Amino acid sequence: MSLPLTLPLLVPLTGAVLCVLLFRSPGAQRAVALGVSLAHCLAAAALFAGVRGGGVAAVQISGWPAPFGITFVADLLAAVMVCAGAGMGLCIVVYSLFALDRGRERFGYYPLVLALLAAVCGAFLTGDIFNLYVWFEVMLMASFALMALGGERPQLEGAIKYVTLNLVSSAVFLSGAGILYGRVGTLNLADLSLAVDTHLSPGLLTAIAMLFLVAFGIKAALFPFFFWLPASYHTPPTVVAALFSALLTKVGAYALIRVFTLVFSHDIGWTHPVILALAGVTMLTGVLGAASKYDFPKILAFHIVSQIGYIVMGLGLFSAMGLAGAVFFMVHNIVVKTNLFLVAGIARRLTGETHLDRLGGLCRARPWLAACFFVSAMSLAGLPPFSGFFGKLALLVAAARTGHWTVFTVAVVVSFLTLYSMTKIWTHAFWKPAPEGMPDPAPGRDPETDRAVAGMLIPVTALAAVSLLMGLGAGPCMRLALDAAEQLLDKGAYIRAVLGEGAA
Amino acid sequence: MELLFAAVVGGLYAAGVYLLLQRNVVKIILGLALLGHGANLLIFTAGGLTRARAPIIAEGALSAPPDTADPLPQALILTAIVIGFGVLAFLLALVERTHQVVPTDDVDELKGTDT
Amino acid sequence: MNSVIFRSATRYMFPILLLLSVFLLMSGHNEPGGGFTGGLVAASAFVLYALAFDTAEARRRLWLDPRYLIGTGLLLALASGVVGLLAGEPFLTAYWVNVPLPGGGVAALGTPLLFDAGVCLDVVGVSLLIIFSMADVDRGEP
Repeated sequence: MSLPLTLPLLVPLTGAVLCVLLFRSPGAQRAVALGVSLAHCLAAAALFAGVRGGGVAAVQISGWPAPFGITFVADLLAAVMVCAGAGMGLCIVVYSLFALDRGRERFGYYPLVLALLAAVCGAFLTGDIFNLYVWFEVMLMASFALMALGGERPQLEGAIKYVTLNLVSSAVFLSGAGILYGRVGTLNLADLSLAVDTHLSPGLLTAIAMLFLVAFGIKAALFPFFFWLPASYHTPPTVVAALFSALLTKVGAYALIRVFTLVFSHDIGWTHPVILALAGVTMLTGVLGAASKYDFPKILAFHIVSQIGYIVMGLGLFSAMGLAGAVFFMVHNIVVKTNLFLVAGIARRLTGETHLDRLGGLCRARPWLAACFFVSAMSLAGLPPFSGFFGKLALLVAAARTGHWTVFTVAVVVSFLTLYSMTKIWTHAFWKPAPEGMPDPAPGRDPETDRAVAGMLIPVTALAAVSLLMGLGAGPCMRLALDAAEQLLDKGAYIRAVLGEGAA
Repeated sequence: MELLFAAVVGGLYAAGVYLLLQRNVVKIILGLALLGHGANLLIFTAGGLTRARAPIIAEGALSAPPDTADPLPQALILTAIVIGFGVLAFLLALVERTHQVVPTDDVDELKGTDT
Repeated sequence: MNSVIFRSATRYMFPILLLLSVFLLMSGHNEPGGGFTGGLVAASAFVLYALAFDTAEARRRLWLDPRYLIGTGLLLALASGVVGLLAGEPFLTAYWVNVPLPGGGVAALGTPLLFDAGVCLDVVGVSLLIIFSMADVDRGEP
């Protein structure tokens, strides 16, 4: 399994390097990016097949045995996340081929996107906490550059806030990792999982767990750390915002799930109510922030915060159903959120506007776009038969079973407010007639725009279809999520795969 | 000895956070640099402070003698320093560019994207 | 900077610094040094040249666009890791060969040295890309 475990990292990294070498020729970069993202999807599929068939897989990079070397581990959660990341990468690259302006392309857009994809897959697959820090930093560097690429004033302002807060998170992460290494003597996640019980007093361990909660909470946009997100995510071009919403916060949520199920699961009575409370407040503040906005990308940015609250709620519940709901919801959210941002991008391309008061008539002019938006929006709000319904259902069932009625109520209320938000966008941007002075979005006005929009609709349609299929095929998907949750709760399989038989 | 190092690390963190809360953007960058240095020194201190020999074993030996320094914190700190160097270089370029576009260095003036 | 002393000194220092960078790269495995510090010393050689003469002169001295250095360095580092993959071992497995030198002694060459050389080129490319770009800012070039 050594090749399938390292290919999801190597393929996009090689693609990024080739795009750097081809910096004088954007056409060649586009071809390389498309080929590499297709190859990346194949590599991710091979990894998933291997893990589904053979259980948790691990490879020791460089041949140094664990726990001395760096291990790349893939359990079902990691394999599913790598597949989701690869799929999103392909959709973003296809969309960028049609949507991106030539100026940004010239200044290294494609190497940055491919490097971001490589770092995200590295973060999903690594089994070493300092290696996780390194992949987080690579991912952040690529995202800093993508955020500021283009140099418009809102982008630069948003980038300063984004960079500063994420660097604080990195410093906190580094401190936590350093203290943990100093006390326990190992960086390997499986070895940490075995060693924390014996080496550390429970109080110190909980303190380090809170350090990691802050560090990953800033990256995952939990309350009260999320304020960099609404200030910066609506400033870059919508395709960049879609890439960020798909991957960056989800890597933070993945790191939270990994660390709190594998390493810090000793004091569940204290840590997990804190996580649950933070999740509830995150959901509420995110959706209330969205309800107060009338600008399409700004609303979606606040919804990212709210949806992260759901995922972390699944972690806080710490039952098989809760974690399964979190995994299902994370994948559903990646698909649906990206799709909503891409639709917002098409709306901006057609009309030049993002403010809901100045948009309108898109349902009559572009019915296919409206249909795709409807599927994704209703999926986000949690209506059957789309994927969002089954994700929220799993989380609510888990909350009811474990008796957490406050979080249950908050989740239901937030669902209704999300529905309000999505219907607000629908009625303003799609249903109401076009306002005075807005360029006509109907096909036929400008053949170049029509060609571009036709191309941009390809990934949008694919993502809407995926959301529909996840909903209609919720049985097998939820079974997969439950298997992933079982693997997360039973640390033995992970530890045995990394450290060899007889270790746990 | 650990106490002295811990005090220095604490001082660096305190200075870093104080500078992060300033209005001038360049002071914020300095604060981030100090925070990074504090984190690096924390790894160094947490890895154990010993007067020891370099972690290279003799030809043919199978394990290191007991007073060998731990090579891992050194590697971690080097990685963190390199990452910090790259990030600070980017941040300086970003602030330079922002100053060209928005002729101010007061963070409170950069409210345009706040919601 | 228009100083005769600085310029003459730089003309002598420049090749010595480059030689020092190669020395640091080669001796980095068992002694202080390595790809990163070697790269920084090489970059500082070019920065010294840019300070003494002109950024355009230093760019001409570098001859290649720094982005080619970055790409080649990363490709070299990745290739040194793929050697292990092709042999069926995990990524980045180290292979060493002992090459006898003509003047006596043995040189240990291996894939970690290739990796370090890639890192060195990468660091030179990145540092010079940053520094040359910022040096050109005052002239209004992007």
